[in-house]
Amino acid sequence: MFGKLTLSAIPFNIPIVMGAVAFMVLCVIGVLAAITYLGKWKYLWTEWLTSVDHKKIGIMYMILAFIMLLRGFADAIMMRSQQALSYGSNMGYLPPQHFDQVFSAHGTIMIFFMAMPFIIGLMNCILPLQIGARDVAFPLLNNFSFWLTAAGAVLVNVSLAIGNFSRAGWLAYPPLSELHFSPGVGVDYYIWALQISGIGTTLTGVNFIATILKMRAPGMSMMRMPVFVWASLCASVLIVVAFPILTVTLGLLTMDRYLGMHFFTNSLGGDPMMYINLIWIWGHPEVYILILPLFGVFSEIVPTFSGKPLFGYASMVYATMAIAVLSMLVWLHHFFTMGAGPAVNAFYGITTMIIAVPTGVKIFNWIFTMYRGRVRFDTPMLWTLGFLITFTIGGMTGVLLAEPPADFVLHNSLFLIAHFHNVIIGGVVFGVFAGVSYWFPKITGFHLHEGLGKLAFWFWFVGFYVAFMPLYALGLMGATRRMDHYNVAAWHPLFIIAAVGAGIIALGIGTQVLQLVVSFMQREKLRDTTGDPWNGRTLEWSLPSPAPAYNFARIPIVRERDAYWDMKKRGVDLKGSTFVPIHMPRNKATGFIMAGCMFVTGFALVWQIWWLVIAGFAATVATLIRHAFDDDRDYHIGADEVRKSEALYDRVKAGSV
Amino acid sequence: MSNETLLMQNGAAALKPGYADHAADALRGLRQAGDAVDFQVEHHHDVASTIQLGFWIYLMSDCLLFSGLFATYAVLHGHTAGGPSGAQLFDLPSVLTETMFLLFSSFTCGLATLAMNANNRNATVGWLGVTFLLGAGFVTMEVREFAHMVAIGAGPSHSAFLSSFFTLVATHGLHVTCGLIFMIVMMVAVLRKGLTETNRARLNCLSLFWHFLDIIWVGVFSLVYLFGVAH
Repeated sequence: MFGKLTLSAIPFNIPIVMGAVAFMVLCVIGVLAAITYLGKWKYLWTEWLTSVDHKKIGIMYMILAFIMLLRGFADAIMMRSQQALSYGSNMGYLPPQHFDQVFSAHGTIMIFFMAMPFIIGLMNCILPLQIGARDVAFPLLNNFSFWLTAAGAVLVNVSLAIGNFSRAGWLAYPPLSELHFSPGVGVDYYIWALQISGIGTTLTGVNFIATILKMRAPGMSMMRMPVFVWASLCASVLIVVAFPILTVTLGLLTMDRYLGMHFFTNSLGGDPMMYINLIWIWGHPEVYILILPLFGVFSEIVPTFSGKPLFGYASMVYATMAIAVLSMLVWLHHFFTMGAGPAVNAFYGITTMIIAVPTGVKIFNWIFTMYRGRVRFDTPMLWTLGFLITFTIGGMTGVLLAEPPADFVLHNSLFLIAHFHNVIIGGVVFGVFAGVSYWFPKITGFHLHEGLGKLAFWFWFVGFYVAFMPLYALGLMGATRRMDHYNVAAWHPLFIIAAVGAGIIALGIGTQVLQLVVSFMQREKLRDTTGDPWNGRTLEWSLPSPAPAYNFARIPIVRERDAYWDMKKRGVDLKGSTFVPIHMPRNKATGFIMAGCMFVTGFALVWQIWWLVIAGFAATVATLIRHAFDDDRDYHIGADEVRKSEALYDRVKAGSV
Repeated sequence: MSNETLLMQNGAAALKPGYADHAADALRGLRQAGDAVDFQVEHHHDVASTIQLGFWIYLMSDCLLFSGLFATYAVLHGHTAGGPSGAQLFDLPSVLTETMFLLFSSFTCGLATLAMNANNRNATVGWLGVTFLLGAGFVTMEVREFAHMVAIGAGPSHSAFLSSFFTLVATHGLHVTCGLIFMIVMMVAVLRKGLTETNRARLNCLSLFWHFLDIIWVGVFSLVYLFGVAH
């Protein structure tokens, strides 16, 4: 009846896990109770969960990402504290089996359910506004994509309470991840959570390519698009190119585990290195999918806070495209030690080093944009400067690792861990925080508290260096990654320093939570009435904050790069007189229901409850077909209503409301 | 007549991205007459062409999914682990018949599109029906081939070669099956609602999908079956 699922799947005997589960369950119950108490269920359902508005979907993505940041960071703190304690005769507090789950969970959650939702959330919130569009190309598909990501996130977290998390690392290398060595459900949870959210990501890529190619305002030629749009386009193309390979790779591992096939096994002709090649053919473009949109974010922030147009727009665009192409040609540098021979290793070493060239172009473009500008050091700019310094250091250690002989020594050491955190925290995480603090007033209508934002930046910035610089040294001293215990006396102080660094970062995250709460409580005081708080350059700042449901009552005609700057320069009057009804997509529950059915199917696949697999899958298809026959998909906002709402914004801006 | 309406009529066609220079000329003329021409009030996007573009992009991602499976097959096809090889297993005449079913179904799918363009509802549904039968014939033959191989002890769990063969070919077969379900839905939709704009856009997507699967099959037939027998 319930496949492999029994009550013994719940780890009652492990107090740390049960404590975490109890905490999560209490949080969920607390949120549900609060919604019920406030009577907000109907509002939540009709205005948010079923919403096809890209701005609301973007906010939901970022809420998911922030919760997952806290979840993934809890794992980080556990790893750092375990390694600070677990020296010599002290075995620390995490047994190896549990420690393996913690580092697997940390990587999986941070990449798939923290970084990806954050950048897709930012793209959703801002990109249509920047190109003068009223929504994305396929609004309902957008809602479905979000719920697939959320379903994957929930599924991967359920494994904490029912069953166990994968112990095979964030990329589940075989043969360890094969049934023979990982007989539990952990790897299955990992596979199905990633498959479900991966479909969502692929559909997002399709959606944003179509949006950028088809929905731009009149006059906005490709070379007039904001660089964030360019970067998102390149990232979307990479998503569409790379994610199918992830689907295949995990699909083949599934065949091995469920149907006894031999793709990656040690026997009957299977080849584990095939998996490692395939997963990195997806995996390397993936890191550029993460960083490119944030290069776009910095390219918006630096000109705005320097009061100058971006230096080298065209070179920025070509550099972005060059990085996108090169990112497909470097995957083997993740396993030079495979032993492919000097010719192959040299090829991938050289392509890897070449990526530093367009990246360097970008760094210099940002610096030249600031040169002789009147730079304002608001929070978004602080994150940007933190990025410039930190990412450059991370890039240089990356070039070191690109040398195959050096890599043979440093492979799988803590030097590598320090390197990729150097670029992912310094690039992706700082970039996300820069973008969020920059666009927060546009998204919500009020600013984030500036003082707390600066404090959070300094905690993060200092904490990062204290936490990760020791890891470079440890790597050079021979410490490998994923150790739950060690006996080398010289390593111990460095591990303690790294744990202190993680503590400082924890203060940064705590400050950010406080910042959100304080900003929300003081939202009237922090309200952005201008729509253009930073003296911005691109079209989103021509709109009120937050933008109305239809975004643009009248579609702006673009004549220059930095379209809104151009409009301000020419003194264009933003107030309109003629309005027509606006065609809008209707909110639908289809995306939520289908993703829910797929979640149930995924859970049933993990526990091999076959009747439920069939039922869940059939319900998914039935919902889709039912939707195909639903003609009630759109409505119009009347011209009068548009006139009224636009007039209200004009009064707010004039300070009379 | 307001400035904005004027612009709508005069400038809108020229104001698509890429035609910016022409548009700028048109605008300059209007501006000199003292008009504000910085906004467009009426705004239409060609929904059908956006859907078609989106579907093309999806097809390309699907194509890459198959490329992953083809690459895996290329690497593992020699890993027979002492078991049977392709040359011993493949029955070319039967596979050729199967191939013909699919190729002809692509032809009849094209006829369905022509009938749709000629606004002939019954012929559209009729040709879709023929396409469906041919497609179903293809899937039936494939399932029989698989069943036979499993029966003689050459199932997918016997070697890496067989794993990659079954997975590649069955993934294509599953796509064809999805296409068949899509086809039934479209036949019902066209019979119930006629050749509406929505149905036309979807029929175009279906036809793209079907021809795409045909092309993938040409790859399977050549690289898996023909090369397999030759080796």
